[in-house]
Amino acid sequence: MIDFHLNSRSGVAPYLQLIRQVRQALRLGLLREGDQLPTVKDVAGSLAINPNTVLKAYRMLEYEGLASAKPGVGTFVTKTVSEESVAAHQRLSMELSAWIGRAQRAGLDPEDMEALFQRAARAAEQEEAV
Amino acid sequence: MTNAIPAIEARGLGKRYGHRWALADCTLAIPAGHVVGLVGPNGAGKTTLISLATGMLAPTTGTIEVLGGLPASDPGQLARVGYVAQDTPTYAGLSVADHLRLGAHLNPRWDAGLARRRIEQLGLDPKQKAARLSGGQRAQLALTLALAKRPELLILDEPIASLDPVARREFLQALMRVTAEQELNVVMSSHLVADLERVADYLVVLVDSRVRITGEVDDLLATHHLLTGPRRQAASLPDSQQVITESHTGRQSTFLVRSTEPVIDPAWTVEEVSLEDLMLAYMGHASGSPQGQRLEVRQ
Repeated sequence: MIDFHLNSRSGVAPYLQLIRQVRQALRLGLLREGDQLPTVKDVAGSLAINPNTVLKAYRMLEYEGLASAKPGVGTFVTKTVSEESVAAHQRLSMELSAWIGRAQRAGLDPEDMEALFQRAARAAEQEEAV
Repeated sequence: MTNAIPAIEARGLGKRYGHRWALADCTLAIPAGHVVGLVGPNGAGKTTLISLATGMLAPTTGTIEVLGGLPASDPGQLARVGYVAQDTPTYAGLSVADHLRLGAHLNPRWDAGLARRRIEQLGLDPKQKAARLSGGQRAQLALTLALAKRPELLILDEPIASLDPVARREFLQALMRVTAEQELNVVMSSHLVADLERVADYLVVLVDSRVRITGEVDDLLATHHLLTGPRRQAASLPDSQQVITESHTGRQSTFLVRSTEPVIDPAWTVEEVSLEDLMLAYMGHASGSPQGQRLEVRQ
Protein backbone atom coordinates (compact mmCIF):
# COMPACT_ATOMS: atom_id res chain seq x y z
CA MET A 1 0.00 0.00 0.00
CA ILE A 2 1.25 3.48 -0.76
CA ASP A 3 0.44 6.81 0.80
CA PHE A 4 -0.50 9.66 -1.48
CA HIS A 5 0.43 13.26 -0.85
CA LEU A 6 -0.55 16.46 -2.61
CA ASN A 7 1.43 19.55 -3.38
CA SER A 8 -1.17 22.29 -3.62
CA ARG A 9 1.41 24.80 -4.95
CA SER A 10 2.72 22.67 -7.81
CA GLY A 11 0.08 23.78 -10.29
CA VAL A 12 -0.41 20.13 -11.30
CA ALA A 13 -4.03 18.98 -11.07
CA PRO A 14 -4.59 16.75 -8.01
CA TYR A 15 -5.76 13.73 -10.04
CA LEU A 16 -2.58 13.94 -12.14
CA GLN A 17 -0.47 14.08 -9.02
CA LEU A 18 -2.08 10.84 -7.81
CA ILE A 19 -1.46 9.15 -11.17
CA ARG A 20 2.17 10.25 -11.21
CA GLN A 21 2.71 8.94 -7.70
CA VAL A 22 1.39 5.51 -8.69
CA ARG A 23 3.61 5.44 -11.78
CA GLN A 24 6.58 6.56 -9.71
CA ALA A 25 5.92 3.88 -7.07
CA LEU A 26 5.81 1.29 -9.88
CA ARG A 27 9.13 2.49 -11.26
CA LEU A 28 10.75 2.38 -7.84
CA GLY A 29 9.36 -1.09 -7.18
CA LEU A 30 7.26 0.14 -4.23
CA LEU A 31 4.12 -1.17 -5.97
CA ARG A 32 3.82 -4.54 -7.69
CA GLU A 33 1.19 -6.49 -9.56
CA GLY A 34 -1.64 -7.51 -7.24
CA ASP A 35 -1.04 -4.73 -4.71
CA GLN A 36 -4.15 -2.87 -3.65
CA LEU A 37 -4.31 0.89 -4.00
CA PRO A 38 -5.79 2.83 -1.06
CA THR A 39 -9.59 2.98 -1.20
CA VAL A 40 -11.26 6.08 -2.59
CA LYS A 41 -12.70 6.74 0.86
CA ASP A 42 -9.26 6.56 2.52
CA VAL A 43 -7.57 8.81 -0.04
CA ALA A 44 -10.40 11.38 0.05
CA GLY A 45 -10.40 11.25 3.86
CA SER A 46 -6.66 11.51 4.39
CA LEU A 47 -5.92 14.18 1.76
CA ALA A 48 -9.20 16.07 2.28
CA ILE A 49 -9.94 15.98 -1.45
CA ASN A 50 -13.07 15.34 -3.46
CA PRO A 51 -13.76 11.59 -3.89
CA ASN A 52 -14.45 12.21 -7.59
CA THR A 53 -10.83 13.37 -7.98
CA VAL A 54 -9.59 10.01 -6.70
CA LEU A 55 -12.08 8.13 -8.88
CA LYS A 56 -10.86 10.06 -11.90
CA ALA A 57 -7.22 9.18 -11.17
CA TYR A 58 -8.08 5.49 -10.72
CA ARG A 59 -10.11 5.44 -13.95
CA MET A 60 -7.14 6.93 -15.82
CA LEU A 61 -4.84 4.28 -14.34
CA GLU A 62 -7.28 1.61 -15.51
CA TYR A 63 -7.34 3.17 -18.96
CA GLU A 64 -3.53 3.05 -19.04
CA GLY A 65 -3.69 -0.64 -18.09
CA LEU A 66 -1.84 -0.11 -14.82
CA ALA A 67 -4.71 -0.91 -12.48
CA SER A 68 -8.10 -2.56 -12.44
CA ALA A 69 -11.11 -2.12 -10.18
CA LYS A 70 -12.81 -5.06 -8.50
CA PRO A 71 -16.28 -3.80 -7.63
CA GLY A 72 -16.87 -3.72 -3.90
CA VAL A 73 -13.27 -4.72 -3.13
CA GLY A 74 -10.95 -2.05 -4.39
CA THR A 75 -8.50 -1.08 -7.10
CA PHE A 76 -5.46 -3.28 -7.75
CA VAL A 77 -2.20 -2.89 -9.61
CA THR A 78 -2.19 -5.05 -12.74
CA LYS A 79 1.28 -4.42 -14.06
CA THR A 80 4.71 -4.59 -12.54
CA VAL A 81 7.60 -2.67 -14.00
CA SER A 82 10.14 -5.46 -14.60
CA GLU A 83 13.00 -6.16 -12.19
CA GLU A 84 15.59 -5.46 -14.88
CA SER A 85 14.27 -2.00 -15.63
CA VAL A 86 14.20 -1.12 -11.92
CA ALA A 87 17.76 -2.41 -11.61
CA ALA A 88 18.67 -0.39 -14.69
CA HIS A 89 17.17 2.64 -13.00
CA GLN A 90 19.41 2.06 -10.03
CA ARG A 91 22.44 1.96 -12.32
CA LEU A 92 21.27 5.13 -14.08
CA SER A 93 20.65 6.75 -10.74
CA MET A 94 24.23 5.97 -9.63
CA GLU A 95 25.60 7.35 -12.88
CA LEU A 96 23.52 10.46 -12.38
CA SER A 97 24.86 10.90 -8.83
CA ALA A 98 28.39 10.70 -10.17
CA TRP A 99 27.52 13.24 -12.87
CA ILE A 100 26.02 15.62 -10.30
CA GLY A 101 29.23 15.35 -8.28
CA ARG A 102 31.27 16.35 -11.34
CA ALA A 103 28.88 19.21 -12.11
CA GLN A 104 29.18 20.50 -8.54
CA ARG A 105 32.96 20.42 -8.75
CA ALA A 106 32.68 22.35 -12.01
CA GLY A 107 30.80 25.05 -10.10
CA LEU A 108 27.26 24.40 -11.41
CA ASP A 109 24.30 25.05 -9.10
CA PRO A 110 21.07 22.97 -9.20
CA GLU A 111 19.38 25.39 -11.59
CA ASP A 112 22.31 25.21 -14.02
CA MET A 113 22.08 21.41 -13.91
CA GLU A 114 18.35 21.45 -14.50
CA ALA A 115 18.80 23.73 -17.51
CA LEU A 116 21.47 21.40 -18.91
CA PHE A 117 19.25 18.38 -18.35
CA GLN A 118 16.26 20.01 -20.02
CA ARG A 119 18.31 21.13 -23.00
CA ALA A 120 19.71 17.62 -23.47
CA ALA A 121 16.25 16.07 -23.08
CA ARG A 122 14.76 18.43 -25.65
CA ALA A 123 17.61 17.75 -28.07
CA ALA A 124 17.05 14.01 -27.69
CA GLU A 125 13.32 14.48 -28.26
CA GLN A 126 13.94 16.42 -31.46
CA GLU A 127 16.40 13.82 -32.69
CA GLU A 128 13.78 11.13 -32.10
CA ALA A 129 11.20 13.15 -34.02
CA VAL A 130 13.43 13.52 -37.07
CA MET B 1 -24.07 9.49 -7.50
CA THR B 2 -25.70 10.71 -10.68
CA ASN B 3 -29.31 11.58 -10.46
CA ALA B 4 -31.70 13.29 -12.84
CA ILE B 5 -33.13 15.52 -10.12
CA PRO B 6 -30.85 18.52 -9.46
CA ALA B 7 -29.51 19.05 -5.95
CA ILE B 8 -30.56 22.70 -6.16
CA GLU B 9 -32.50 24.44 -8.90
CA ALA B 10 -33.31 28.16 -8.81
CA ARG B 11 -35.17 30.31 -11.33
CA GLY B 12 -35.10 34.08 -11.13
CA LEU B 13 -34.50 33.75 -7.41
CA GLY B 14 -34.14 36.99 -5.45
CA LYS B 15 -34.29 38.26 -1.88
CA ARG B 16 -34.68 41.94 -1.02
CA TYR B 17 -34.26 43.64 2.35
CA GLY B 18 -35.80 47.09 2.06
CA HIS B 19 -34.06 48.66 -0.91
CA ARG B 20 -31.15 46.28 -0.95
CA TRP B 21 -31.13 43.05 -2.95
CA ALA B 22 -29.16 40.46 -0.95
CA LEU B 23 -29.57 38.08 -3.88
CA ALA B 24 -30.85 39.01 -7.33
CA ASP B 25 -31.83 37.21 -10.51
CA CYS B 26 -30.29 33.89 -9.47
CA THR B 27 -30.89 31.11 -11.98
CA LEU B 28 -28.91 27.89 -11.63
CA ALA B 29 -29.26 24.12 -11.73
CA ILE B 30 -26.71 22.24 -9.65
CA PRO B 31 -26.71 18.56 -10.63
CA ALA B 32 -26.65 15.87 -7.94
CA GLY B 33 -23.45 14.04 -7.06
CA HIS B 34 -21.16 16.96 -6.44
CA VAL B 35 -19.32 18.80 -3.74
CA VAL B 36 -20.33 22.33 -4.59
CA GLY B 37 -18.17 25.27 -3.61
CA LEU B 38 -20.25 28.39 -3.07
CA VAL B 39 -17.67 31.11 -3.21
CA GLY B 40 -17.68 34.88 -3.03
CA PRO B 41 -16.51 37.81 -0.94
CA ASN B 42 -18.23 38.54 2.38
CA GLY B 43 -21.65 40.04 1.74
CA ALA B 44 -21.95 38.60 -1.77
CA GLY B 45 -25.16 36.70 -0.97
CA LYS B 46 -23.85 33.25 -0.03
CA THR B 47 -25.69 33.03 3.28
CA THR B 48 -28.86 34.42 1.69
CA LEU B 49 -28.80 31.69 -0.98
CA ILE B 50 -28.21 29.05 1.69
CA SER B 51 -31.03 30.43 3.86
CA LEU B 52 -33.37 30.26 0.86
CA ALA B 53 -32.26 26.67 0.11
CA THR B 54 -32.87 25.57 3.69
CA GLY B 55 -36.24 27.32 3.84
CA MET B 56 -35.25 29.74 6.60
CA LEU B 57 -35.99 32.62 4.25
CA ALA B 58 -38.79 32.97 1.71
CA PRO B 59 -37.84 34.37 -1.70
CA THR B 60 -38.93 37.87 -2.77
CA THR B 61 -38.91 36.75 -6.41
CA GLY B 62 -38.55 33.48 -8.27
CA THR B 63 -38.44 29.87 -7.06
CA ILE B 64 -36.01 27.43 -5.55
CA GLU B 65 -36.23 23.64 -5.36
CA VAL B 66 -33.95 21.39 -3.36
CA LEU B 67 -33.74 17.72 -4.36
CA GLY B 68 -36.91 18.34 -6.33
CA GLY B 69 -38.93 19.68 -3.40
CA LEU B 70 -39.73 23.05 -1.88
CA PRO B 71 -37.34 23.89 0.97
CA ALA B 72 -38.66 22.95 4.43
CA SER B 73 -42.12 22.33 2.98
CA ASP B 74 -42.78 19.24 5.12
CA PRO B 75 -41.01 16.94 7.64
CA GLY B 76 -39.89 14.60 4.85
CA GLN B 77 -38.14 17.42 3.01
CA LEU B 78 -36.58 18.69 6.25
CA ALA B 79 -35.14 15.23 6.93
CA ARG B 80 -33.45 15.08 3.51
CA VAL B 81 -31.37 18.22 4.01
CA GLY B 82 -28.67 18.64 6.65
CA TYR B 83 -27.54 22.12 7.53
CA VAL B 84 -24.54 23.40 9.45
CA ALA B 85 -24.89 27.13 10.13
CA GLN B 86 -22.14 29.70 9.98
CA ASP B 87 -19.28 29.02 12.41
CA THR B 88 -20.80 25.64 13.39
CA PRO B 89 -22.86 26.71 16.42
CA THR B 90 -23.61 24.32 19.29
CA TYR B 91 -25.47 24.76 22.60
CA ALA B 92 -22.83 25.97 25.08
CA GLY B 93 -24.60 24.67 28.19
CA LEU B 94 -25.37 21.21 26.81
CA SER B 95 -22.99 18.26 26.92
CA VAL B 96 -21.90 16.26 23.87
CA ALA B 97 -24.29 13.47 24.91
CA ASP B 98 -27.14 16.03 25.31
CA HIS B 99 -26.54 17.14 21.73
CA LEU B 100 -26.88 13.57 20.50
CA ARG B 101 -30.08 13.04 22.52
CA LEU B 102 -31.49 16.26 21.11
CA GLY B 103 -30.61 15.11 17.59
CA ALA B 104 -32.31 11.76 18.18
CA HIS B 105 -35.52 13.47 19.35
CA LEU B 106 -35.64 15.99 16.53
CA ASN B 107 -34.77 13.81 13.52
CA PRO B 108 -36.86 10.88 12.25
CA ARG B 109 -33.97 9.25 10.35
CA TRP B 110 -31.43 9.72 13.19
CA ASP B 111 -28.51 7.26 13.01
CA ALA B 112 -27.49 6.87 16.67
CA GLY B 113 -24.75 4.36 15.84
CA LEU B 114 -23.08 6.73 13.40
CA ALA B 115 -23.23 9.59 15.90
CA ARG B 116 -21.73 7.45 18.69
CA ARG B 117 -18.95 6.08 16.47
CA ARG B 118 -17.95 9.54 15.29
CA ILE B 119 -17.85 10.95 18.83
CA GLU B 120 -15.63 7.99 19.83
CA GLN B 121 -13.32 8.45 16.83
CA LEU B 122 -13.00 12.13 17.64
CA GLY B 123 -12.10 11.24 21.23
CA LEU B 124 -14.76 13.54 22.68
CA ASP B 125 -15.96 13.02 26.25
CA PRO B 126 -19.77 12.65 26.06
CA LYS B 127 -20.09 14.44 29.42
CA GLN B 128 -18.12 17.49 28.27
CA LYS B 129 -20.13 20.71 27.90
CA ALA B 130 -19.97 22.21 24.40
CA ALA B 131 -18.67 25.49 25.84
CA ARG B 132 -15.52 23.64 26.98
CA LEU B 133 -14.74 22.14 23.56
CA SER B 134 -12.17 23.63 21.23
CA GLY B 135 -13.35 25.36 18.05
CA GLY B 136 -12.32 22.33 15.99
CA GLN B 137 -14.17 19.94 18.31
CA ARG B 138 -17.32 22.08 18.23
CA ALA B 139 -17.19 22.09 14.43
CA GLN B 140 -16.82 18.30 14.41
CA LEU B 141 -19.76 17.97 16.84
CA ALA B 142 -21.94 20.15 14.60
CA LEU B 143 -20.89 18.04 11.58
CA THR B 144 -21.71 14.85 13.50
CA LEU B 145 -25.22 16.10 14.27
CA ALA B 146 -25.82 16.99 10.61
CA LEU B 147 -24.47 13.63 9.36
CA ALA B 148 -26.36 11.47 11.87
CA LYS B 149 -29.53 12.99 10.46
CA ARG B 150 -28.65 10.93 7.35
CA PRO B 151 -29.33 13.73 4.88
CA GLU B 152 -29.12 13.39 1.10
CA LEU B 153 -27.83 16.94 0.84
CA LEU B 154 -25.57 18.59 3.37
CA ILE B 155 -25.35 22.39 3.31
CA LEU B 156 -22.54 24.07 5.22
CA ASP B 157 -22.23 27.83 5.62
CA GLU B 158 -18.59 28.90 6.13
CA PRO B 159 -17.97 25.89 8.39
CA ILE B 160 -14.23 26.33 8.75
CA ALA B 161 -13.55 30.05 8.40
CA SER B 162 -12.92 30.51 12.12
CA LEU B 163 -10.83 27.36 12.64
CA ASP B 164 -7.07 27.05 12.86
CA PRO B 165 -5.34 25.30 9.91
CA VAL B 166 -5.09 21.91 11.64
CA ALA B 167 -8.73 21.87 12.72
CA ARG B 168 -9.72 23.07 9.25
CA ARG B 169 -7.87 20.21 7.57
CA GLU B 170 -9.36 17.69 10.02
CA PHE B 171 -12.84 18.99 9.32
CA LEU B 172 -12.39 18.69 5.56
CA GLN B 173 -10.89 15.20 5.94
CA ALA B 174 -13.96 14.07 7.88
CA LEU B 175 -16.28 15.73 5.37
CA MET B 176 -14.59 14.15 2.31
CA ARG B 177 -14.45 10.71 3.93
CA VAL B 178 -18.17 10.74 4.65
CA THR B 179 -18.92 12.16 1.19
CA ALA B 180 -17.21 9.10 -0.29
CA GLU B 181 -18.92 6.71 2.14
CA GLN B 182 -22.47 7.96 1.88
CA GLU B 183 -22.53 9.42 -1.65
CA LEU B 184 -23.64 12.66 -0.10
CA ASN B 185 -24.40 15.84 -2.01
CA VAL B 186 -22.54 18.72 -0.41
CA VAL B 187 -22.88 22.47 -0.78
CA MET B 188 -20.27 24.42 1.14
CA SER B 189 -19.80 28.16 1.18
CA SER B 190 -16.46 29.74 1.86
CA HIS B 191 -14.52 32.90 1.21
CA LEU B 192 -11.32 30.86 1.67
CA VAL B 193 -10.56 29.99 -1.90
CA ALA B 194 -7.70 27.57 -1.19
CA ASP B 195 -9.91 25.31 0.93
CA LEU B 196 -12.48 24.92 -1.81
CA GLU B 197 -9.81 24.16 -4.40
CA ARG B 198 -9.21 20.70 -2.93
CA VAL B 199 -12.76 19.65 -2.17
CA ALA B 200 -15.12 21.24 -4.69
CA ASP B 201 -15.83 19.69 -8.09
CA TYR B 202 -18.60 22.16 -8.90
CA LEU B 203 -18.45 25.90 -8.44
CA VAL B 204 -20.92 28.72 -7.91
CA VAL B 205 -19.31 32.15 -7.76
CA LEU B 206 -21.41 34.93 -6.24
CA VAL B 207 -20.37 38.58 -6.43
CA ASP B 208 -22.46 41.61 -5.49
CA SER B 209 -25.64 39.54 -4.97
CA ARG B 210 -25.41 37.91 -8.40
CA VAL B 211 -24.19 34.61 -9.80
CA ARG B 212 -21.05 35.35 -11.80
CA ILE B 213 -20.34 31.84 -13.04
CA THR B 214 -21.33 28.24 -12.29
CA GLY B 215 -20.13 24.93 -13.62
CA GLU B 216 -18.13 21.76 -13.13
CA VAL B 217 -14.60 22.56 -12.08
CA ASP B 218 -13.05 20.41 -14.83
CA ASP B 219 -15.12 22.21 -17.49
CA LEU B 220 -14.26 25.62 -16.09
CA LEU B 221 -10.54 24.81 -16.05
CA ALA B 222 -10.66 23.42 -19.59
CA THR B 223 -12.38 26.50 -21.03
CA HIS B 224 -10.32 29.24 -19.37
CA HIS B 225 -6.91 30.23 -20.73
CA LEU B 226 -4.33 32.79 -19.76
CA LEU B 227 -2.95 34.53 -22.85
CA THR B 228 0.27 36.54 -22.81
CA GLY B 229 1.70 38.32 -25.84
CA PRO B 230 2.41 41.62 -27.56
CA ARG B 231 0.13 44.47 -26.55
CA ARG B 232 -3.38 44.26 -28.04
CA GLN B 233 -6.85 45.61 -27.37
CA ALA B 234 -9.49 43.26 -25.99
CA ALA B 235 -11.73 44.19 -28.93
CA SER B 236 -9.24 42.59 -31.33
CA LEU B 237 -9.81 39.13 -29.86
CA PRO B 238 -12.21 36.77 -31.68
CA ASP B 239 -15.83 36.69 -30.53
CA SER B 240 -15.43 33.14 -29.27
CA GLN B 241 -13.07 34.43 -26.57
CA GLN B 242 -14.84 36.13 -23.70
CA VAL B 243 -12.43 38.37 -21.79
CA ILE B 244 -12.68 37.91 -18.02
CA THR B 245 -9.69 40.02 -16.94
CA GLU B 246 -7.03 41.96 -18.81
CA SER B 247 -3.89 43.82 -17.89
CA HIS B 248 -1.40 45.69 -20.03
CA THR B 249 2.13 47.02 -19.85
CA GLY B 250 3.79 49.20 -22.49
CA ARG B 251 4.50 46.21 -24.70
CA GLN B 252 2.65 43.25 -23.30
CA SER B 253 -0.98 42.24 -22.78
CA THR B 254 -2.31 39.51 -20.53
CA PHE B 255 -5.86 38.25 -20.92
CA LEU B 256 -7.82 35.66 -19.04
CA VAL B 257 -10.36 34.43 -21.58
CA ARG B 258 -13.19 31.94 -21.54
CA SER B 259 -13.42 29.98 -24.76
CA THR B 260 -14.77 26.58 -25.65
CA GLU B 261 -12.59 26.58 -28.75
CA PRO B 262 -8.82 26.12 -28.52
CA VAL B 263 -6.71 29.27 -28.79
CA ILE B 264 -4.63 28.92 -31.95
CA ASP B 265 -3.26 32.45 -32.51
CA PRO B 266 0.56 31.90 -32.50
CA ALA B 267 1.15 35.39 -31.06
CA TRP B 268 -0.07 34.18 -27.67
CA THR B 269 1.64 32.14 -25.03
CA VAL B 270 -1.30 30.09 -23.73
CA GLU B 271 -1.26 28.86 -20.15
CA GLU B 272 -3.68 26.92 -18.01
CA VAL B 273 -5.32 28.65 -15.07
CA SER B 274 -5.51 27.30 -11.54
CA LEU B 275 -8.93 27.13 -9.90
CA GLU B 276 -7.79 29.65 -7.33
CA ASP B 277 -6.74 32.16 -10.02
CA LEU B 278 -9.98 31.55 -11.87
CA MET B 279 -12.14 32.21 -8.80
CA LEU B 280 -10.13 35.32 -7.95
CA ALA B 281 -10.42 36.61 -11.50
CA TYR B 282 -14.21 36.41 -11.43
CA MET B 283 -14.44 37.96 -8.00
CA GLY B 284 -11.91 40.72 -8.64
CA HIS B 285 -13.38 41.51 -12.04
CA ALA B 286 -16.87 42.24 -10.81
CA SER B 287 -15.96 44.13 -7.68
CA GLY B 288 -13.51 46.35 -9.54
CA SER B 289 -10.61 45.17 -7.40
CA PRO B 290 -8.14 43.40 -9.68
CA GLN B 291 -6.39 41.64 -6.82
CA GLY B 292 -9.67 40.57 -5.21
CA GLN B 293 -8.47 42.13 -2.00
CA ARG B 294 -11.75 41.70 -0.19
CA LEU B 295 -10.98 38.03 -0.25
CA GLU B 296 -8.73 36.00 1.97
CA VAL B 297 -6.78 33.73 -0.29
CA ARG B 298 -4.75 31.98 2.31
CA GLN B 299 -4.38 32.05 6.06
